[in-house]
Amino acid sequence: MKTTGKTRKYIYGITLFFITLTGFAQMPIFKRYYIADIPGFGWLAQFYVTHIMHYIAAIVLIALVTYILIDFIFNRSRLIKITRIGYFGILVLAGLIVTGVLMVVKNLSNIYFGHATIIVLDLTHLSLCMILLFVTFYSLIRKKSWVI
Amino acid sequence: MIKDVSKEKRGKMTSKLSRRAFLKGSITAAGSVIATTGIARAAKSITHEKQEPLVTLLDISKCIGCEECVFACQEANADKYPEPKKPFPKMYPPGKVPVEDWSDKRDVIDRLTPYNWLFIQHASATVKGEQIDLTIPRRCMHCDNPPCVKLCPWGSAKQEENGLSRIDADLCLGGSKCKTVCPWKIPERQTGTGLYLNLLPALAGNGVMYKCDRCYNRLEKGEVPACIEACPEGVQTIGPRSEILKKAHALAKEMNGYIYGENENGGTNTIYVSPVPFEELNKSIEKGKGKPHLNKVKDMMADGTNLAKAMILAPLAGVAAAFGKFYLSSKEDK
Repeated sequence: MKTTGKTRKYIYGITLFFITLTGFAQMPIFKRYYIADIPGFGWLAQFYVTHIMHYIAAIVLIALVTYILIDFIFNRSRLIKITRIGYFGILVLAGLIVTGVLMVVKNLSNIYFGHATIIVLDLTHLSLCMILLFVTFYSLIRKKSWVI
Repeated sequence: MIKDVSKEKRGKMTSKLSRRAFLKGSITAAGSVIATTGIARAAKSITHEKQEPLVTLLDISKCIGCEECVFACQEANADKYPEPKKPFPKMYPPGKVPVEDWSDKRDVIDRLTPYNWLFIQHASATVKGEQIDLTIPRRCMHCDNPPCVKLCPWGSAKQEENGLSRIDADLCLGGSKCKTVCPWKIPERQTGTGLYLNLLPALAGNGVMYKCDRCYNRLEKGEVPACIEACPEGVQTIGPRSEILKKAHALAKEMNGYIYGENENGGTNTIYVSPVPFEELNKSIEKGKGKPHLNKVKDMMADGTNLAKAMILAPLAGVAAAFGKFYLSSKEDK
């Protein structure tokens, strides 16, 4: 059980790192601020590469979140309790997934979202990402667990 | 046969596609162009009928390179052109953020610029031992699935249901991502204008990106784009996709010609028909900054689309893993 929990944490951590990195790479900032000039980081300025990597990380994240959710409902709901910060983090994560999926749908051919909808989705997704990062770092630094 | 166009000849030419003729044609063409008018939009909202995108067909064999379309484009879109504030704010890091200023070069018409969204490209080719010169109006292709719109990080670019894509000059920050991801590198940047000036001009943004918006405001009024209306040779036709594709194939068959734009980048709303293979034309045209190629282009958004399909399976994989674990632990308990 403990090994599964650790593996889950590592997968979540790595996924969160790459999804955030490739998410920020959707903005033209890594080239401007020399980050893409660092050997081995050139791909961060290649928008199609980071776009695909963001999608792959999203697939892993959605699969992992579904797994954790089902596992919680059937196996762990009697053993553990979600904390207040945990509920908040889960809500933010859910918002990120929902807005992200809607943006994936928007990117399909022959799908027309209203202009205002696209702007709201973009800004909400970015804001939720910033909030999630804040909550994650706060939880790590203050040692606040999402479950007890 | 080398085509030569004198001003005299241009003067005698009459438009083969007047607005009246266009509208008349459009009514018979399932009303798709008329669908851009307020009445049709209202009707559409009631019936929830999906609009077929409008596609332009360019018969290169008819183009005489008179540049009437270029001037008409400039005239029709003059009020959309930027009036940048000078001096430009200092941008950091200086080596990485190029100042792009076309405001003093507004008369440049031999390439795409923020002040010139359509230009004429020249090509020559030998067909059946005869040398022919061809002129090709070039502008945004208005892709079916435009990467410039779909990958814009701010939602500054938009695609309308009638197939056109355009950049909102009030929202664009000029990061130029749209140009980087565009297979033809169409959008052009003007520094010193737009929203970035009100945010952090030193650290983020660099102006506004400009490109052909297929005269969206004229289409909304039921008018054809200015370049189409001004053409004395009727090089361009606009209509519903199915109808234009049928027309393009018939034309290509008739002239034993070739089609460009139907499958490029997964399909575009601009279809060129030429008597010369586009590979030949591509070799001949001047390419470079502001001068797009005529290469074959793969669907740039295809990988994303395929992964989107895989994304549907992601929750199923999660459910399967969870039930797998549940099954194993219940077996262990026994």
